Amino acid sequence: MSESHGAAIELENLTKRYPGSASPAVDNVNMEIKAGEIVIFVGPSGCGKSTTLKMINRLIEPSGGRIRIGGEDVTDIDPVKLRRKVGYAIQASGLFPHMTVAQNIALVPKMIGWPKGRIKDRVEEMLDLVGLDPGEFHHRYPRQLSGGQQQRVGVARALAADPPVLLMDEPFGAVDPITRDHLQDELIRLQHELHKTIVFVTHDFDEAIKLGDRIAVLRERSHIAQFDTPEAILTNPADDFVSGFVGAGAALKRLNLTRVRDVEITDYPTVSVDDPLQAIFNRIRSSGTNEILLLDKRGRPYKWLRRGDLMRAKGSLARAGTLVTDTVTRDATLRDALEAVLTDNTGRVAVTGRRGAYIGVVDMETLMNSVHELLEADRLEALEAQHELEEARAAQTHAEQEGPGGEAKA
Amino acid sequence: MSFWEYVGNRHQQLLTDAYQHASAVFQCMVLATLIGVLLGVVTYRSDWAGNLATTATSTILTVPSLAMIGLLIPVVGLGVPPTVIALTLYGLLPIVRNSIVGLRGVDPSLVDAAKGIGMSRVMRLARVELPLAWPPILTGIRVSTQMLMGIAAIAAYASGPGLGNEIFRGLASLGSKNALNQVLSGTLGIIVLALLFDAAYVLLGRLTIPRGIRV
Repeated sequence: MSESHGAAIELENLTKRYPGSASPAVDNVNMEIKAGEIVIFVGPSGCGKSTTLKMINRLIEPSGGRIRIGGEDVTDIDPVKLRRKVGYAIQASGLFPHMTVAQNIALVPKMIGWPKGRIKDRVEEMLDLVGLDPGEFHHRYPRQLSGGQQQRVGVARALAADPPVLLMDEPFGAVDPITRDHLQDELIRLQHELHKTIVFVTHDFDEAIKLGDRIAVLRERSHIAQFDTPEAILTNPADDFVSGFVGAGAALKRLNLTRVRDVEITDYPTVSVDDPLQAIFNRIRSSGTNEILLLDKRGRPYKWLRRGDLMRAKGSLARAGTLVTDTVTRDATLRDALEAVLTDNTGRVAVTGRRGAYIGVVDMETLMNSVHELLEADRLEALEAQHELEEARAAQTHAEQEGPGGEAKA
Repeated sequence: MSFWEYVGNRHQQLLTDAYQHASAVFQCMVLATLIGVLLGVVTYRSDWAGNLATTATSTILTVPSLAMIGLLIPVVGLGVPPTVIALTLYGLLPIVRNSIVGLRGVDPSLVDAAKGIGMSRVMRLARVELPLAWPPILTGIRVSTQMLMGIAAIAAYASGPGLGNEIFRGLASLGSKNALNQVLSGTLGIIVLALLFDAAYVLLGRLTIPRGIRV
């Protein structure tokens, strides 16, 4: 079945004013979210990020401004119809405890009148998509699931009717850190398949960096402090508020955004356990390095052999050298690679490919050089983006100063 | 005549009375449930309306049953009407109160989720809120039924149907040889009926409370 891809969301002068409070809870938000991207709203509690999100499916009715989804103005259409076209996943899953997993997932397709057979297939498909075995979980009740499983079903329910847009309100806020990590990875994988437009609210900046194509850092009343890629926000925070929110260790966090495949993987002298001893001796002598990498029968990194190790072990490969404790794949983040380099006393880590076979190594120097290059490139990009943001702000300030005489404000 | 001989001789009459008693209570419970849940649904979302409904129904409960039926006779006459009206009114309180408590006790995040996935107001009520509030409502119905079993005996005072007739006949002829038997058979009959109804409610709960929220 073909999935519908994302739709762009435009927020124009979106404002929420609660009766009896002097200042608006959300003040004049303008934002364009491109089709198929994940945008994260991040900010301190009470900054209005959740309110802004809930205005997109009009769980909270805006007091002013327009919302357009896929070019269609949805500010005044029937909210019930709107919500059936917009997926919604919330903290602690929001599953209905009196319905089975299958019934929960089938809710929206049923409401929009899909035929029974199609709904049944769709439920199986969705369970499969979020990594739960349909046969096993179909008839379970939410309370028979773990927190992480409930959250998966929550996402499956939100996506069941194949909405172009998915709103997620701190969906992983109530699960333990390890499960949260898994769920985040799952979401990234899902998004690779589905290309929905996802708006995701969190107060956890690390989560924002990990998931977001772009991050909107919001300050009080949902004012946008910075709206940019994670890289740009990390390397060039727009102001003190944003850098305060990014927190310490921006350079370290930046390592999470780059994969080992993006940096130079260097060759390294290797020998195989199948090689004759004499060949290994010769290789060590001729390699010009202090140690070489010994591969096992299947070409997987096995041991680091130093000069003299073999002599001390009296020529026994089984006793010589130190075991390779940690390897990384091409998909590992640079942070993982750095971690491995730091814990391994050789100052480098072996990179492995399919079935753990050796590909090359990444050493400390490569890591440092690539991080420097990355930071430099980010800085340039961010400067450009900041320029644009300032221009946009200047235009808005200008419009505001023009007052009601200028463009009509809501 | 021993008690068992009395029951043996009069079983026809006793069964009829018991049947009428049960049928009156059952019908009044259906009415009270419909009205009570409706009142709960209409009032639970506002603080003062909910409190007003609870207070009003509990005030009704403080009127002595004999006085209530006595007051109703001049208005609606003797027989079935005053019985039905009185029993239904008395049955309201536990149902209204438990409906309100149950509906208010539904996790707000679930209501939010129901709204968020596009359920209309009526759907939210029918598919989410009422099913989740059903266990406390059913408890209210059970309590109501027990109460009405006893109160229904008073209906005989207004020449209504039921086992109350046995009791009143016995009380009116205190000292005669069957007086005690009459009072006893009426009272025991009511207790047996109450137990039977309670068993039926346990079964009803098994059948109607979804497995996912059964404790």
